[in-house]
Amino acid sequence: MTTQFLNIKKLNKSTRYNIVTVGSILIAYAICMYMINAGNMSNLLQNLLVAMCYYGIMAVSLNLTVGILGQLSLGHAGFMCIGAFTGAFFSKIMINTMDNVIIRFTLAILIGAAMAGLFGVIIGIVVLRLRGDYLAIVTLAFGEIIKNVLNVLYIGYDSRGIHFSMKDTASLNLEEGGMVIVKGAQGISGTPRNATFTIGVALLIITYLIIVNLVNSRSGRAIMAIRDNHIAAESVGIDITKYKILAFSISAALAGVAGVLYSHNIATVQSTKFGYNTSILILVFVVLGGMGNLRGSMIAAILLTVLPEYLRFMRDYRMLIYAIVLIVMMIFNWAPIFINWRKNHSLKDAFNNILKKIVKAKKEA
Amino acid sequence: MSFITYLLNGISLGSVYSIIALGYTMVYGIAKMLNFAHGDVIMIGGYIIFTIMSTVGLNPILAVLISIILCTLLGITIERIAYKPLRRAPSLAVLITAIGVSYLLQNLALLIFGAEAKSFTSVIPVKPISLAGGRLTISGETLITIPLCVLIMTVLTIFIKKSKTGRGMIAVSEDKEAAVLMGINVNKTIAITFAIGSALAAVASALMFSTYTNLSSTSGAMPGIKAFVAAVFGGIGSIPGAMIGGILLGVIEILSRAYISTQLGDAIVFLILIIVLLVKPTGILGKKIQEKV
Repeated sequence: MTTQFLNIKKLNKSTRYNIVTVGSILIAYAICMYMINAGNMSNLLQNLLVAMCYYGIMAVSLNLTVGILGQLSLGHAGFMCIGAFTGAFFSKIMINTMDNVIIRFTLAILIGAAMAGLFGVIIGIVVLRLRGDYLAIVTLAFGEIIKNVLNVLYIGYDSRGIHFSMKDTASLNLEEGGMVIVKGAQGISGTPRNATFTIGVALLIITYLIIVNLVNSRSGRAIMAIRDNHIAAESVGIDITKYKILAFSISAALAGVAGVLYSHNIATVQSTKFGYNTSILILVFVVLGGMGNLRGSMIAAILLTVLPEYLRFMRDYRMLIYAIVLIVMMIFNWAPIFINWRKNHSLKDAFNNILKKIVKAKKEA
Repeated sequence: MSFITYLLNGISLGSVYSIIALGYTMVYGIAKMLNFAHGDVIMIGGYIIFTIMSTVGLNPILAVLISIILCTLLGITIERIAYKPLRRAPSLAVLITAIGVSYLLQNLALLIFGAEAKSFTSVIPVKPISLAGGRLTISGETLITIPLCVLIMTVLTIFIKKSKTGRGMIAVSEDKEAAVLMGINVNKTIAITFAIGSALAAVASALMFSTYTNLSSTSGAMPGIKAFVAAVFGGIGSIPGAMIGGILLGVIEILSRAYISTQLGDAIVFLILIIVLLVKPTGILGKKIQEKV
């Protein structure tokens, strides 16, 4: 049995690909843990470890909407915002009643994901009729609405239950001993910092597996058929409504998970952090990593999270360099001149040429 | 009376949005790309006027003219360097490049002019007028902005309908390959489109910063997004649509800030956008394109 399990060549291609991906994440994780324990890792990098995980989750989940369903979304940070606030809200309420951190955090993640997923379904229904740039603008509008509403929302909690207000803390009418949890523009502060690198990596792997399984299933093939040609897909009997909403809600729910991870890492969540710029940042991860390529999304997310921090020594020039790198990378990737140049100068060809020469030289000898 | 004041302010802000939206909509119609850096050209235009007026002390009108020329050159340069090599690339790749250009312009402005917000001096020489016994005051900015917007819109429509270059633009937006066969220089047409869009952005910057005087490296971003929303609102690719969308957006924004909630103004604008698109998925004046199988 064991020998058969280890015979990696007998497994089908996608399983092998997944084992390699998950394996590389685990190896990277092991190296990081070893470096932390040996004290070789700078504080700067240690602070970024969880950020890499939630940005990785965001990138992979956005890739489901943009790369696999083929719909441009500019409001992905809105779902993250909902997850972050819901998860943090739950943890703050339950912090005294639930002692077990693992159960509490797991529940927070599930509730955050469910809430974000619910909004994903709503948005999915709303955007069904829209296509292309119109869809992009509605998702952008949605993200901004979430940000603006949460920015003026006050929620308090006392023995009578939960109170909402859009004005200020005083208008909540809390009893003596009541607790204000969401404080408008200040957001939620003092969330327990339960998110660790280990949990982040586990969630990243789970996210990856969920999406990979979806993509390789019957539903995933239906979703990709809608991307490639929605009229043809409809004519062979694929229920477009169902699969679009399915993809939207799963993508949103996973963004919610990333949000919960975010709010339990930083301890303070403010809605202004989830604006249009964050959505664009995640989209940059997806496009640079390759549309529909989940592994690429993760690599791009990790690299681009670390890069600005390592460019800090350039101080004011940091974001300038980042912008130039972004433009140059896109042009290098897509401009016809560079595509030809890469074809003529590819390492593979160079290697093959050298091999040929060696073989030729041997024959002549 | 206060309602009329709000309405006029709304139309004035809306006129600025529609001038910006024109740049978006023309570039979208002809090059089929979302130029996210458009908002930042406005910001650069504002800084150019500010610098000329505060250092050289030129006449405001001259400063605006110089800003228009420089922004036009900037628009052409951006198109030449960043977008032209990607003419055949997928639209998302171009979108990300545009975002890169937007970051680049913002950070250049941050490096050159510093993080501190500058206070812009109005370039409009017209004095405010008082009506109805002083109960209704109309600012000079409003008096200039609204007619100027109508003028720009008319001239632009005539230019596109009647001139050779303008009709070339329509041809390129309909079918690029066929336009090439008709002897139209596509690259030149696209460059001219960017030039016009950027010149309009410079005009919009002079009008906008005269009313909203806070000038910083990110102050072009939100008007840029609002103008994009306005362009979609009216039906992207359509010039009268950009005007209607822009003015509606401005009025809705000012009125909801005045009567509903100051902080939720943006949220209400976006909510109405979503509702409009639900009823009419291609915007108010957008054409429905029937897909052939």
